[in-house]
Amino acid sequence: MTNIWAVAYKELRSYFVSPIAYVVLAGFLLLCGWFFWIYLAQFSQMVQIYSQVQRPDLLEQFNLNDMVMAPLLQNMVVIFLILLPLVTMRLFAEERSRGTDELLLTSPVSTLEITLGKFLGAGLFFLIMMGCTVVYPAILTYFGDPEMGPILTGYLGVILIGLSFLALGLFTSTLTDNQIVAAVLSFVVLLLFFAIGWPANTVGETTGAVLQYLSLTEHYQDLVRGLINGPDLIYYVSLIAFALFLTQRSLESLRWR
Amino acid sequence: MVEVDRLTKFYGSFAAIRDVSFTAETGQILGFLGPNGAGKTTTMRILTGYMPAHSGTARVAGYDVFEESREARQRTGYLPENPPLYLEMTPTSYLDFVARINGVPRGRRREAIAGALEATKTQDVSRQPISTLSRGYKQRVAIAQALVHDPEVLILDEPTIGLDPKQIIEIRNLIKGLAQNRTVILSTHILPEVMQICDKVVIIANGRIVAEDQLDSLTATEDLEQVFLRVTAGEAVAEPESEPEPELVPELESEPEEELVPEPEHEPEEEQP
Repeated sequence: MTNIWAVAYKELRSYFVSPIAYVVLAGFLLLCGWFFWIYLAQFSQMVQIYSQVQRPDLLEQFNLNDMVMAPLLQNMVVIFLILLPLVTMRLFAEERSRGTDELLLTSPVSTLEITLGKFLGAGLFFLIMMGCTVVYPAILTYFGDPEMGPILTGYLGVILIGLSFLALGLFTSTLTDNQIVAAVLSFVVLLLFFAIGWPANTVGETTGAVLQYLSLTEHYQDLVRGLINGPDLIYYVSLIAFALFLTQRSLESLRWR
Repeated sequence: MVEVDRLTKFYGSFAAIRDVSFTAETGQILGFLGPNGAGKTTTMRILTGYMPAHSGTARVAGYDVFEESREARQRTGYLPENPPLYLEMTPTSYLDFVARINGVPRGRRREAIAGALEATKTQDVSRQPISTLSRGYKQRVAIAQALVHDPEVLILDEPTIGLDPKQIIEIRNLIKGLAQNRTVILSTHILPEVMQICDKVVIIANGRIVAEDQLDSLTATEDLEQVFLRVTAGEAVAEPESEPEPELVPELESEPEEELVPEPEHEPEEEQP
């Protein structure tokens, strides 16, 4: 455990002593802020229009959760698709290109500990990213009255999704010593998982169901709305576990090359 | 104490080292010599647990490097050929990380880092990012990394490369001092360095050990340079690129129309496992 933490701490530190952390955080918050403003402006315009037509029954159907938070979290997932490969690309590719993997692999730390430490380090950075976005629900709570339950479960879902992106990116980073290649591989894998369910209607019932189950999109719609279903949780947790397993195996195989 | 017994390692079908055996006692500095591409780095990487051998065994400080890898690695300090530095870190934070992953307990960590910085005379730059340091300082920080957890066995791949003459003398003295109660294996190209600090010499050529003896007895009748050239004969010593092994030459006989100039077949470099 000390070893895992040592690796995680080193990774987290590396993010913040280089410009990566600041650029990613600033870019992410800029985009989130833009989306938040769009949805909030749309919401208040709708409320205004429907107040003028004096239909309180329609007005009651509007709420901040469905019209602001859910689409905001949904857009975050799309931003992660593009930003998180850039966060994970360096994790192993950089070690390999600088020869520091020789230091890690000859120290008394197991490949599993290295894998978990790297994942934890990137995960903590990701949690800091998510922590910064708490300002949006805070604004909503200050000026309005959104339901807290769906917001919390929505966050839980988005964090789970982000962690699974990180785990996949961690794996692709072990495959090469070139950071760009690692990022591109990560993009491709994530986009493939994003779109894998699209041909579900044309490939027959069983294959379609399998593809649909594998699809990232299939599983995050409910989560961002704050609906926690067992199958969705299992999907993301097993995706994370599988990607970390592949990472550890791939790291172990470096010794044989 | 390091005991190496018939280690063999292949890269594809190319045998990087074959039946390598030697012993280094505690308190001894073993000079590991050989032309480039002879298998020095490969042997060191196996001893440090970076990669496994295909056959043979090796024991470091009494622990088998394959069976009890973690224990063996804990007792080994390793300076790889390319200094494994995290350039964005400062020497202090870098050594802190290395001490942590090598299991130096929290209470002793500060002391261990200060000791390693002092031994390598890098205190002055200890709070500067490593990327801003000169090559000599970088090399010394990398040496500090190998010392920080006070290992029983030190494996140093060309430790004095990139240092100026004064620093070389300092580092040689440091290594001599460290060897009092440790085992040091040192690979180098610099024969005078071996003469000055090593007790024992092992020479490897084409992946095989061609000489293993105490420095004194090896250099009793001829000087080290002559010994080196004699035992590595058949190998183009002057040329740094790895030449085809003598066993590979008969392949050329199948094409007699070609001139018998051995085409430098690009064997896998030992740098890229």
